[in-house]
Amino acid sequence: MPELAYLAPSSPEEAARALASAGSRPLSGGTDLLVQLRAGRVKPDVIVDLKKIAGAVGVREENGGFVIGAATSGAVLGEHAGLVRAWPGIVEGANLIGSTQVQGRASLGGNLCNGSPAADGVPALIAARATCVIVGPNGRREVPVESIVTGPGKTSLVQGEFVLEFRLPARPARASDAYLRLIPRTEMDIAVAGVGVNLVLDAGGVVTHAHVAIGAVAPTALLVASAGAALVGGKLDDARLAAMEAAVRAACKPISDKRGTAEYRTKIAGVLSRRAALIAYDRAGA
Amino acid sequence: MSETLDKPAAQATLNVVGTRPIRPDGADKVTGRATYGADYNMPGQLVGRILRSPHAHARIVSIDASRARALPGVKAVVTSADFPDLASEMHDGGEAASNLRDLSLNVMARGKVLYDGHAVAAVAAVSAAVAEEALSRIKVIYETLPHVIDVEPAMSPDAPVLHDYMFTEGLETPPTVASNIAKRHKNVRGDVDAAFAAADVIVEDRYTTQAVHQGYIEPQACVAAWAEDGRCEVWSSSQGQFMVRTYCAKILGLEISDIRVTPAEIGGGFGGKTTVYLEPIALALSRASGHPVKMVMTREDVFRATGPTSGAVMHVKLGALSDGTITAATVELKFQAGAFPGSPVGAACMTALACYDIANFTIVGWDVVTNTPKTAAYRAPGAPIAAFAVESAVDDLARKLGMDPIALREKNAVRDGTKASYGPTFQNIGYVETLAAIRDSDHYKSPLKPNQGRGVAVGFWFNIGGESTAAIHISEDGSAAVVTGNPDIGGSRASMAMMAAETLGVPVERVRPMIGDTASIGYSMLTGGSRTTFATGMAVVQAAEKVILDLRQRAAKLWEVSLDHVVWRMGQAECIDPAKPEKKPMTLAALAAQSGRTGGPISAQVTLNAQGAGPGFGVHLCDLEVDPETGHTSIVRYTAAQDVGRAIHPSYVEGQIQGGVAQGVGWALNEAYIFDRDGRMENAGFLDYRMPVASDLPMLDTIMIEVPNPRHPFGAKGVGEVPIVPPLAAVANAMRGAIGVRMSSLPLSPPAVLAALDGKGG
Ligand SMILES: Cc1cc2nc3c(=O)[nH]c(=O)nc-3n(C[C@H](O)[C@H](O)[C@H](O)COP(=O)(O)OP(=O)(O)OC[C@H]3O[C@@H](n4cnc5c(N)ncnc54)[C@H](O)[C@@H]3O)c2cc1C
Repeated sequence: MPELAYLAPSSPEEAARALASAGSRPLSGGTDLLVQLRAGRVKPDVIVDLKKIAGAVGVREENGGFVIGAATSGAVLGEHAGLVRAWPGIVEGANLIGSTQVQGRASLGGNLCNGSPAADGVPALIAARATCVIVGPNGRREVPVESIVTGPGKTSLVQGEFVLEFRLPARPARASDAYLRLIPRTEMDIAVAGVGVNLVLDAGGVVTHAHVAIGAVAPTALLVASAGAALVGGKLDDARLAAMEAAVRAACKPISDKRGTAEYRTKIAGVLSRRAALIAYDRAGA
Repeated sequence: MSETLDKPAAQATLNVVGTRPIRPDGADKVTGRATYGADYNMPGQLVGRILRSPHAHARIVSIDASRARALPGVKAVVTSADFPDLASEMHDGGEAASNLRDLSLNVMARGKVLYDGHAVAAVAAVSAAVAEEALSRIKVIYETLPHVIDVEPAMSPDAPVLHDYMFTEGLETPPTVASNIAKRHKNVRGDVDAAFAAADVIVEDRYTTQAVHQGYIEPQACVAAWAEDGRCEVWSSSQGQFMVRTYCAKILGLEISDIRVTPAEIGGGFGGKTTVYLEPIALALSRASGHPVKMVMTREDVFRATGPTSGAVMHVKLGALSDGTITAATVELKFQAGAFPGSPVGAACMTALACYDIANFTIVGWDVVTNTPKTAAYRAPGAPIAAFAVESAVDDLARKLGMDPIALREKNAVRDGTKASYGPTFQNIGYVETLAAIRDSDHYKSPLKPNQGRGVAVGFWFNIGGESTAAIHISEDGSAAVVTGNPDIGGSRASMAMMAAETLGVPVERVRPMIGDTASIGYSMLTGGSRTTFATGMAVVQAAEKVILDLRQRAAKLWEVSLDHVVWRMGQAECIDPAKPEKKPMTLAALAAQSGRTGGPISAQVTLNAQGAGPGFGVHLCDLEVDPETGHTSIVRYTAAQDVGRAIHPSYVEGQIQGGVAQGVGWALNEAYIFDRDGRMENAGFLDYRMPVASDLPMLDTIMIEVPNPRHPFGAKGVGEVPIVPPLAAVANAMRGAIGVRMSSLPLSPPAVLAALDGKGG
């Protein structure tokens, strides 16, 4: 019977080397990986724990923006006052994952790379226009978050590559974000739909930049450029919100499954986008 | 006769019963020390694994295990060929009878598989990895057959028939064609047609509920060891070690005396552990391999292969006079039984109208087999399903009459002396008191906010007594061990210790309650039917009384007085012989210390078949709030009142009530089995089988009404099942209030609620 090896490298380069073999898998919090391992859905022979790598865990400020280690747990994100102030939507997305126990482990890197269309941490990251720093056999590259997941359970990462960190742009004065999801219960559930909205306002409360990303309503989380565009150029009046909702619904390409019908998911995505936009607008200090 | 027993019930004050001591099993459970089924291990044990059917309905053409047997580390493979082919035989194990042949066929498929997850073969190997690999090497050739999941399609004449030997029982004319309808139940009183013709108001609807699982936290687990001399031992988590012993003996063709079953700590049962799945297979594997075999289900196994309760389609029609007197009712209940007959539709028929005094009714129930796991008991089996339909209809009737829903129920309530719809005459019931408690509660008078609705529903359960054994052994320091044969699924060890302590007059900490294995305590029916505190508790009290009599006799001997001159008070013998005023009281400890001189160890055992269990009634009040844009529902306030007879340990009675409500709310809002087109279960895990989590519920308020049951020494009635009966309808009636539309199909999931809201607008 195959043995399972565990490695815990301390540098990104060492990790990339360890991940070069075909049967290897990166481990962050393990809240997806270990469950899948136990269920026999994945059968790696090497597990490469990323949590010992400097930079993969923790939050730091750089050039006015934030850098989030990809393996940082939700609990750590929730306790970072500066990050919560600048990006409350990203933090609430990460903090919605699981329960208190899961929060001690679950990371944004794992949430993204697990490839679930319903991952709660991802839409707000996309709406934030965050990038990922990827380390691999050929060195480093930096790409937008939405370019990582290519389909359910599939990523654009090649063998040996892993996400080291997320980079968030510097935040102007009147800016904020929000993430909302719908689940039938109150926790420990998987999103039927999720929406992240990121807004920048001018001094008069006019939206100057807006980004809207949706989750659980298509094979991957999506940036809906038309929905963001619908909000730009004025305050959040009913007409703009209605136009954004329509754009969100038009972008939804959900499946009907045990978690909800396509029609229901589409409807809810619209409702959540309006509510999230209003929360982000309010938080931005309008 | 001078051997009179002191009757503690006659004591004016109780010192232990009604207090809230820390449960004796509590520390072990919260520290992880408690030994559950999966915690047992034996030297040299193997890992047992089951190969399960991927088809909902198929003929087994062949099973070839040669490649599995050839794998190093595989020590045994068993199939139905390793079990005797049993004849049809009913066995009454306690709460419900089961057919031993069906039980055996459910444990291991023979000839046909009847549901996705049905066991077809099992292996024992040196490791889990080898066992899994062995399963993948067993080649089963199936000839798939058309399948049927839902109850009404299963009843249709062109449905695929599961059992070609099954002919509907209970019809006036016995059928000549086999069908999936196992049995029809019928109960008629008065002249329904005439009563409907004379009714001022009639309501009528069709209701559906989905199959739901008990959702106990601990998956089934056992270790079985077959010794060379043919004697076997089983350690397993179940609601009855004697039930496990009987079923294993029958399924394997063994002598009862050759099997000893030790009950493990149990991590929830709710009725679902009143049967066997793993134990006979583990024994067969142990016999074949010569090693002990351990088997533990995964959660997926639990969902796919262990009993849920039925999904149902129901029709209810009620007729009333304009003053609110309900004069006529027809109730038709169609229940999914799963792969073998035995849905709880019989109990559902008996309980459907049990809260109402109605002169004319017809109740018909259908027990229907389907290509789904065989249903198992689930807390008040059948009653919540029937109550969902009947209580929804009563709510509609109240609306149509313009009557308060509690006033309507009070007007038609059963009382002492009422002949119950299912036959007997009620005595010492506390139903109207329970209705009044909700009517007079602050909750019922509180205002609602926008998008909120309030629902009332009532529920009934028989509760049972039955056969129990209890033994009490006094140690030399005067402490007591109380041994019973009933696994503790709801805090019963605490109540056993308390009743013994109360009777003996010692502090409860001096009493250690234990659960014996099948060779160490006399036969006891399984823990089910809310019987343990009532029946086994009665045996405990009687055993304590026997001990007291013995102690008095010993004191009389030491004091050289007659037995009549020794009384037992507050844990000590007192001499009341006027001729011997110098005799100081002797404590239990003092008497125990000199037991060697007075006849040897002090110990007593009582076996009984307890009669006179008091039925239970519950009245629930639910407030919920709906998000009108998403259909998401939050329970915002919930109060459950129940006649509990007498709460031995009030915290655990409240816990029973709260637990029943939590399960009922899950059943109402989100839980359901989902099958794909091929009849495979799609949500065999807690992610997509949505039981409530703690944060889904507010604090559940309880009101305990105590109308004592005179047949129990302290007045106890069963309390564990009633609380799951009303919640389905309480939630649905609150939903009706919140959205203005009657939703008659469970679950009331967000998409369903939004669809109902949208339908209303259109
Ligand atoms: C009880 C429970 C509740 C949950 N609830 C939710 C929920 O509400 N919402 C939700 O979205 N999810 C939920 N999840 C899923 C899971 O917790 C999240 O997806 C979590 O964010 C995964 O992070 P992790 O660090 O534990 O990932 P891991 O399990 O460590 O990894 C997940 C996957 O990503 C890969 N990976 C990990 N880190 C990296 C990296 N840096 N670079 C490349 N690949 C990497 C791993 O190889 C693996 O394939 C729940 C899980 C559980 C067990």
